[in-house]
Amino acid sequence: MSSVLYDAQGPRARRRNVVLTVVFLVALAALLWWVYKALKDKGQLEWALWEPFFSGSEAWTTYIWPGLQNTLKAAALAMIIALPLGAVLGIARLSDHAWVRIPAATVVEFFRAIPVLVLMIFGLALFAEYTAVSSDDRPLYAVVTGLVLYNASVLAEIVRAGILALPKGQSEAAMAIGLRKGQLMRLILLPQAVTAMLPAIVSQLVVIVKDTALGGAVLTYAELLAAAGTMSGYYGGNIIQSLIVVSVIFIVLNFALTSFASWLERRLRQAKKSTGAVVGANDAQIAGTTGTGTGGTV
Amino acid sequence: MRRPAERRTRVSLYAEAREIVFDFLEGYDLLGAFWTTVQLAALSAVGSLVWGTLLAAMRVGPVPLMRGFGTAYVNIVRNIPLTVIILFTSLGLNQTLGVSLGADDVETINFRLAVLGLIFYTSSFVCEALRSGINTVPVGQAEAARAIGLNFNQVLGLVVLPQAFRSSVVPLANVLIALIKNTTVAAAIGVAEAAVLMKEMIENEAQLLLISAIIAFGFVVLTLPTGLILGWVGKKVAVKR
Repeated sequence: MSSVLYDAQGPRARRRNVVLTVVFLVALAALLWWVYKALKDKGQLEWALWEPFFSGSEAWTTYIWPGLQNTLKAAALAMIIALPLGAVLGIARLSDHAWVRIPAATVVEFFRAIPVLVLMIFGLALFAEYTAVSSDDRPLYAVVTGLVLYNASVLAEIVRAGILALPKGQSEAAMAIGLRKGQLMRLILLPQAVTAMLPAIVSQLVVIVKDTALGGAVLTYAELLAAAGTMSGYYGGNIIQSLIVVSVIFIVLNFALTSFASWLERRLRQAKKSTGAVVGANDAQIAGTTGTGTGGTV
Repeated sequence: MRRPAERRTRVSLYAEAREIVFDFLEGYDLLGAFWTTVQLAALSAVGSLVWGTLLAAMRVGPVPLMRGFGTAYVNIVRNIPLTVIILFTSLGLNQTLGVSLGADDVETINFRLAVLGLIFYTSSFVCEALRSGINTVPVGQAEAARAIGLNFNQVLGLVVLPQAFRSSVVPLANVLIALIKNTTVAAAIGVAEAAVLMKEMIENEAQLLLISAIIAFGFVVLTLPTGLILGWVGKKVAVKR
């Protein structure tokens, strides 16, 4: 195999590869053995601690599934509310009028610079102090508020990148046939930009799903991670096992979303009908280097 | 002769107003909390740069097993919420398995665990940032370098890596900014950084908007210049293609 870094390999390089493989294998085995021993010494490999997840469905129906539902609920709500807000902010940032463009840019840069957790804590206190939302619903409201404030500004950058990624000929042709600015945006740019943005939007969904876990750990929102906590209390302190199961669920869910996003991106890049403009998972931050970075899907 | 008196009243009024508005800040170690945030970010940044570079080297290297390990690590770790990782370091590593990372008091242990979790998570993104930098170098560059007779080390050291590092600046800057913001997740295991202080202040004081504004301002001060400076550097050193 040849790449930009190395050429097709000859006999000496292949021999060196075998040596490296063996050394690496030994190191990996040592690490796994250490993990195994640590778990074994503390009795963490006892079947009783793992059993709840494999025999019977109680753990899944009482703890994991309701937790996962809450995770998905918060993520879906956040995405649905953040999308239109982000679209408005993104389009406003492209406005010809400075009095529209500058405030939109300020809002976007401000909320991108602040940690989601800070926004969530703010949301929780805000709902407690100024609204009649019951204390049961408050964590959900706070989590969604934090996620919406942050992700609307990230989506705004994605929308902006999507519109800027379109070939200039599109707007020139539209203006040449006499469309007005609103029509140009509504009929020509947005429909094409939405398709181009789809991969980036799906990738952002991964970030949202991961960030809901903050609500469970800090805001007492009963999502998947919080479910792991209550579950381990019920099953006699199998916190390691519960966290591993929860992690696997997060990995499967997010890996599916990531794979879907890259499949979409590949498909859109190959599509013959489109203009070929695509905003991938990491393109929005590159287009928006004017201020703070979004951190992509970090 | 009225002017000095008037001035004095205005000054004292101002001082009084300041006292009323910012009085509640007394008793809170605002700078200390942000110093912890900075320490968390700096230590994790160094650690994840080292481990992330190793991972990137594995992922782009010629040894299939290492490539497989690097790919698996990145795909698994970046799909787990950081919160789960940080909680695992405390509840799993420390409280169940007894790992204390050579510290005695709870505060130091939690701080080190948080750094460990942040490095574990962030290094996967550092790896991807570096890899994306390497991917921007066209294969033709290496082929041309080999064609004029440069050996392996020269190809890497003179042609490929300098271009790759230049294109990695902007993605790495984005990872650093995300890392600064992610240090707040350490609040989940009680590391006394800015988010914990914010929660404490909000619970005890009435000035919700002011407290939030101060904390938000602190993070803007940390992240905005980082983004602007590194973004500028990134554009400056970028390879024009």
